[in-house]
Parts: sequence; C-alpha cells; structure tokens
Amino acid sequence: MLAAGGAAAFYAPRALGQQAARVVVVGGGFAGASCARALKRLNRDLAVTLIEPSERFIACPFSNTVIAGLRDLEGQQFGYDGLKRVGIEVVPQAAVTVDAHARRVTVADGTTFDYERLVMAPGIELRLDAIPGYDEAAAEAMPHAWKAGTQTLTLRRQLASMEDGGVVVMSVPASPYRCPPGPYERASLIAHYLKTHKPRSKLIVLDAKDRFSKQGLFEAAWQALYPGLLEWVSLSFGGQVTAVEPADMTLVTDFARHRSDVANVIPPQRAGAIAAAAGVADQTGWCPIDPVTFESRLQPGIHVIGDAAIAGAMPKSAFAADSQAKVCAAAVAGLLRGEAPRAQKLVNTCYSLVGPDYGISVAGVYHPRDGLLAEVEGAGGVSPADAPPSFRAEEARYAEAWFHTITSAVFG
Amino acid sequence: MPPAAPPCRRPLRHPIGRGGLWLIAAVLAFGGPAAAEIAPSGAASCSGCHGPPGDGGLVPSLAGRPAEEIVAALMQFNAGERAATVMDRIAKGFTDDEIRAIAEWLAGGGDQAAHSSQP
Ligand SMILES: Cc1cc2nc3c(=O)[nH]c(=O)nc-3n(C[C@H](O)[C@H](O)[C@H](O)COP(=O)(O)OP(=O)(O)OC[C@H]3O[C@@H](n4cnc5c(N)ncnc54)[C@H](O)[C@@H]3O)c2cc1C
Repeated sequence: MLAAGGAAAFYAPRALGQQAARVVVVGGGFAGASCARALKRLNRDLAVTLIEPSERFIACPFSNTVIAGLRDLEGQQFGYDGLKRVGIEVVPQAAVTVDAHARRVTVADGTTFDYERLVMAPGIELRLDAIPGYDEAAAEAMPHAWKAGTQTLTLRRQLASMEDGGVVVMSVPASPYRCPPGPYERASLIAHYLKTHKPRSKLIVLDAKDRFSKQGLFEAAWQALYPGLLEWVSLSFGGQVTAVEPADMTLVTDFARHRSDVANVIPPQRAGAIAAAAGVADQTGWCPIDPVTFESRLQPGIHVIGDAAIAGAMPKSAFAADSQAKVCAAAVAGLLRGEAPRAQKLVNTCYSLVGPDYGISVAGVYHPRDGLLAEVEGAGGVSPADAPPSFRAEEARYAEAWFHTITSAVFG
Repeated sequence: MPPAAPPCRRPLRHPIGRGGLWLIAAVLAFGGPAAAEIAPSGAASCSGCHGPPGDGGLVPSLAGRPAEEIVAALMQFNAGERAATVMDRIAKGFTDDEIRAIAEWLAGGGDQAAHSSQP
C-alpha cells in the first residue's frame, strides 16, 4: 500500500461510510496544540488525538523574565482543557514508538493509536553528549533553562543567592538551536538583574558563533544600559566552550578557563527523541520536511512542525511553530479530502526584551522555494537602529500582547 | 491572473485602483465553502498577534473588519506610508493580490469564523 520512501505519494480520499479520519498529533507545545486546534476548526468531523505527557505546558517565551525575577513561573503555565472543550482527545502519555508503515503510535502505557496522518511536534532534546562534562548531573549544577520549568527556577535561585561581585557565565551554542535571539535576551535580562541588585557582578557570554540575531540592536542596548557589566566573547575570540567541569563551576575554551559563581550552559540541541525513533530525523538530528505540507521527507504520512523541523530560513520560535501548525493543518485536512496542497507564505515575528521597557523585534515572511522555506526578499528585518525610547517601550508592550494572544489562541 | 472576469455582484465601494485586485476579489467572493475554509497564503499567521474581537488587547482584532479598511492599511504599511513597529516589515512580503485575499478572508471572520462553527 505505502510507496516506500515516497513522501510525495498520494493518498486516496477515504471511502464514504468509513469512520471519521483520525489525525494523531504528538507533542502539545506551541506547534502541536495549535495544529490540533486548527485541524478541528477546519473540519470538526476529524477525529483529532493529541498525545502529550505533561498535564500543564510551561512556555519558554518570557521565561527569561522569570529568571531575572521580573515575573513568576505560574504565568507561564497552560493546561489542555481548552483543547478538550473543542473535541480534541488529549492523551496524557508520552509517545514511545511510531510505526510509520502500519501508521500506528504506541504510548508509554502500551495503548496504540492508529492514524491516517500523524503530526509530530516534539520540540527539542538538549544534547547531553555534545559538551564533554555536560551530562544530566552537570545540568543541575549548571542549568540550561532551555526548557522552561524546574530548570528555569534553578537558574533564578542561583542568581538570587549569588553574592554581589560574583561572575555569571553563559555558554551559547552554534546554530541551529531553539530561539536564535533567546540567549541574548537572557543575557540582557540577567544583566538587568545584576545592575539592579548586584551591581559589582559581571556577566560573560561565551558564544560558539561570530554573529547572532538582532546583534546590532543588542550590542547598542548593552552599551547604553549595561556598560562594563556584560562581556560577549565571540567564536573568533575564544567563545566556544569545549568542556565543562561542574565540580569547580568552570567552563573551558581553547583559550581560557572561566570560573563562575553561576553558570548557564545552553548546549547544542536536536529534535525531540521521538522524532529519531519514528525515523523522521536525519543525521543532523533535525527533521527534513516538504515546505508546502510539512510532510517528512523520510516517512510518508508523518508531518513535522515546530522546533523539530528543518524549516529553512524560518527560525525555531513559538511564533513560527504556530504559523507552521496552521499551514500544516490546512495541508493535512486537504490531503485527507484528496485535494492537492497549495503553497503558502508564513510569517514570523520574534520580540526580545533587552530591559523591562525595552523591546526589539525581528520579523520575516517566508515561502517555499527550491524545496525549502526561504525568506521573501524585501520583507522582514529588525527594529530600526535609531528608534526613540518610546518605540522600544511600545515593542516591549507588543511583546507582552503577543504572548497573551498566542497562548490564549493555542491553549485558551 | 484569471483569464476572464466573473461577474462582480459585490462591487467594492472604494476601489483602490491597483490592477488585478478586482478579479481576485470576485474570484474569492465566489470561491465556495472549501475555499473559505482554508486561509489564503499568509493569512494563517495573522492570529499569532491579532486576537478575537473584544479581547481588549493592544493589537487590534481584525476578524470581521471591512476588507477595504484592511487592504488600505496593508497597502500603506507595504508602501511605508503608515507608522508601524513590525507591520511595515511584514506587509512588504505580500503582493497586492495576496493582500486583497487576506483582507477578504479576515473580513469574513478568518479563524474566528471557523471557531464559531464549533459545536
Ligand atoms: C528562553 C527562551 C525564550 C524564548 N522566547 C521566545 C519568544 O519570545 N518568542 C518566540 O516565538 N519563541 C520563543 N522561544 C522559542 C519557543 O519556546 C519554541 O520555539 C517553541 O516552544 C517551539 O514549539 P514546539 O511546539 O516545537 O516545541 P515545544 O513548545 O517545546 O513543545 C513540544 C512538546 O512536545 C512534547 N513531547 C516531547 N516528546 C514527546 C513524546 N515522545 N510524546 C508526546 N509528547 C512529547 C513536550 O512535552 C512538549 O510539550 C523561546 C525559547 C526559549 C528557550
């Protein structure tokens, strides 16, 4: 029945009188929860099952403000009642195997779910095999806080109990990783915390890159707001962390050993583990997809959206995950009716807070081109370099408004 | 570009004089339920920031606003003639035809129209 490896294989619409088509979604984050909802909106007769082990989703956007003590983690948490209310079956289990041939997902308690189409949105897995010394135990001493939750609170607590005059060291990975501007927003807000509460302290950012998202805007703001407090060390200047020694809180580069009082190690990442188990991740650890339907290039019948996917020029952001989710849902709903998918443009907008009332943004418009999602030329870009403080304050308010709107739309 | 203009039974009150828009608008208006279901190119992203009517948010809701109003705003953003923080950067990624299609869809309720049909 299934053409082996033929991701573009076409699927006959179901015969009349059959049960409603079943779409299974794995992962109830921004991508998966949004996709499940969009599928139900597009066709309320679809049987949509969302497989997600956590009772409550803890959102990463704005979690940097939690670390800086500006907000509490409670405001980051969202449940799945809104999804249940619109008729989505929510299964509080982790998916453990996917049989792409039999079109069947098995969850932790052994229950199986058959699907006609599967949407995988498992987000990321932090690679604890990438930096020598940075394993599970090290992640307790030197938290990544790159999945929001207890890690976020650990880093916040460590900063709060650090003495004034301490040294905070961050380690930032090479691309691709979740939320390209996220480490620099975090550096900014940690600097804000130090400036406000522990002004004799210092923050060193060790980076495995020479350039980063919204760099000009970040650097100008750091100069203005946190002079002498925040030092960014690029790859060329020895920023790449080659090992960590959690016992004495040291980060090692080819050039130096950085002793820290608080260390935030953001390790390299890959797609959530279930993606590899399902055979949709390639040797990079991420999932190649068709840019029109988000169908896997490796396994027909499985679509991959959100951070796990290789979405070309689109960054791994919650905004992008939600945009992809809705485009993917439309493609899946159409394919189940036997309709040919239509190419769609997608938008991304990512805000970063450099201080509580200082927001900056990057936006982009993307379209399928040469098998990838490419940027639409002439569109997008970052906030103006010469904007007045009122503009920065306005973007900070828009950032908050965005978070409220998207979380209400996806989880509300 | 569609080969021939279908009869336009819902003339636009304020034509904005950009070539091609009329035809597309007419095609969209009579596209049938299937076309109404799936958002036109780019439109699915709007609800990332623009919430449902009456949500009291800082970013205005667009669902159910007149298409002409949305077209006019997007054209101004696109041409850099209207003050903006991000909408100028986003609108530049869309053609006149795409803007028209998005506006028509939002005017018809967009995502919200689909929402209210829930049981
Ligand atoms: C500090 C920080 C700040 C950020 N700020 C922003 C921002 O301002 N704006 C923005 O747009 N983005 C931001 N992001 C990025 C954003 O959080 C991610 O891009 C987004 O969460 C991706 O959505 P996703 O659905 O792909 O993954 P996730 O949201 O991580 O969801 C994945 C879900 O899959 C579930 N899952 C995993 N494995 C399984 C399995 N086997 N079975 C079932 N379920 C499974 C997980 O439990 C999880 O709920 C930020 C990220 C960080 C770390």
